Amino acid sequence: MRSVPGAAYLLAILVVVFAIFGSGFATMANVLNIGVQSSVLLLLALPMTLIIMTEGLDLSMGAVLSLAGVVLAWMLMHEHGLPIALAAAAGVGLAFGVANGGLVVGLGLPPFVATLGTLGIAQGLALVITGGQSVTGIGDALPALYESRPAGIPFSMAIAVAAFFVFRFTLSQTRFGSYVSALGGNREALVLAGVRANAYHVSVYALGGAMAGLAALLLTGRMSAGHPTAAIGMEFDAVAAVIVGGTSFERGKGSLGGTLIGVLTIGVLKNGLNVLAIPSSLQVASIGVLVIVALVIDSGLKK
Amino acid sequence: MKAIAYRLVAVALICAGLSLSTDVFLTSANLLNVLRQASLTFLIASGLTLTILTGGLDLSVGANVGLSACLAATVMTSTGSIALGVGAGLGFGVLVGVLNGLMITLLKVPPFIATYGMLWTLNGVTYWFMGGETIHGFSAGFRQLGSGYGLGVPVPIYVMAAFLVAGGIFTRYTTFGHEVYAIGANREAARLSGVPVRARLNLVYILSGAMAGLAAIVYLARLNSAEADIGEALTLPAIAAVLVGGTSLFGGAGSLSGTLVGALILTLVVNGMNLLAVDANWQPLVTGVIVILAVWIDVMTRQRAEARV
Repeated sequence: MRSVPGAAYLLAILVVVFAIFGSGFATMANVLNIGVQSSVLLLLALPMTLIIMTEGLDLSMGAVLSLAGVVLAWMLMHEHGLPIALAAAAGVGLAFGVANGGLVVGLGLPPFVATLGTLGIAQGLALVITGGQSVTGIGDALPALYESRPAGIPFSMAIAVAAFFVFRFTLSQTRFGSYVSALGGNREALVLAGVRANAYHVSVYALGGAMAGLAALLLTGRMSAGHPTAAIGMEFDAVAAVIVGGTSFERGKGSLGGTLIGVLTIGVLKNGLNVLAIPSSLQVASIGVLVIVALVIDSGLKK
Repeated sequence: MKAIAYRLVAVALICAGLSLSTDVFLTSANLLNVLRQASLTFLIASGLTLTILTGGLDLSVGANVGLSACLAATVMTSTGSIALGVGAGLGFGVLVGVLNGLMITLLKVPPFIATYGMLWTLNGVTYWFMGGETIHGFSAGFRQLGSGYGLGVPVPIYVMAAFLVAGGIFTRYTTFGHEVYAIGANREAARLSGVPVRARLNLVYILSGAMAGLAAIVYLARLNSAEADIGEALTLPAIAAVLVGGTSLFGGAGSLSGTLVGALILTLVVNGMNLLAVDANWQPLVTGVIVILAVWIDVMTRQRAEARV
């Protein structure tokens, strides 16, 4: 049995504090609310975990998600039907993911700067396509799907939970998973064993882009519109969730369960601060502080 | 030096192209405007250059400019004192640098993560602090710093020149400067030869913060207003300026004069797009492409150098 990640204590403390001081925090409706709010973030944080495990980073996810959301809304506005619109959004995400992978693995660019560059490109494209305006009039199909409750669970939570189990299964039970785990810190061994390490490495970034594209389904569904800057900065929440969840940048070690706890910690923190009527701008700042606290705990535990 | 020469040729080519394709480019008003804008970019990018020379990075510079400017504006308008306002802006910039340095040297957080977290923390605090307000209308004396002229030349250009000279002497002729390069080239070797690595890294991030604070003051004087989003679009161009200027992301190679040329190239590109009436929404895309190209060239140069050894 592995030790409990430090984030679990953090999460427990936050829940207790908010339950005591925030009236309306510990209600079933609010718990579901936290789940719904955390769904999009989990879809980004899962592939981000894999990317960080390979000692990489993808700063473009928020901008790619915004772009995919705009594409999804634009396709729906032009009455292309939900499946085709979603395919287009996922395709845009996948294209950016493959580009990120190509830059990092193929050309050997440092991931944080390469993806900072593609962040600019995705953001620019989203702004140019929309002229900086929201894309509205997307019809009823997506909002209706978003409001649906398969098996009584809100749609976005169902998608997020499904994604979590698919990622967990893939990482622990498939060859892809074990190669990805080995990429960070044990790459040499993979190459010597005749594994096409580069192809697997690129596919990790491709997966990140595709997931950002898919997450557009939830983002655009929630807003009933596509906005070119809707998810700017969300990659920070994803990186924060991964770090808080205990995945390390240097050792190539990580866990999706930890990331789930990290995502919930951020969800609880934002929601609790909301209940306490703390402005959303300070919630952003609080996540920065949360990351530092997690890193301090982490470096304390190492000693 | 050859590298700088190539970049100056690039500057000349862009200038020639813009002179031919627009009537406005080759007017003294526009050229001075380009220089003033490049000076501001240089001020932000100069401290950033030092961090990259050590093999690190400071992603928080833009956000630091934002909050430092908003604080300076608030203090200046509420106390009526220019000195206190400037002090608040500079002081806060330095404080951010201290915190970055501590995260990197004490907690051993990778620089891009530490300063990335700082970026979003500062952004959040800035939006909360300003609460959607705009502060404007500063005294004419203060505004001179950003929009004034001395002998027909905009004041920010003097500020830039002063820091270019000081920074050049600092990096090239002082032990500190040599140590900055040594840490970036080979950190372990630097440590073994007695360089106080932690102390130097702390100082580098403090300088980066201080330059962001200074840039905030000059920006404020130039814009004559402060809003929460004042620093938002500044980080990517600053990083692009450093990389285009030939400073290697892997540390140990580069120069402040290169960063000035990089800032000039970036400013010329944006100025050219404005003059050619290209939608401003294209700017992040173009900057992104420039960043990727610059890093790619950096990586190829390094690989070729390693192949030669």
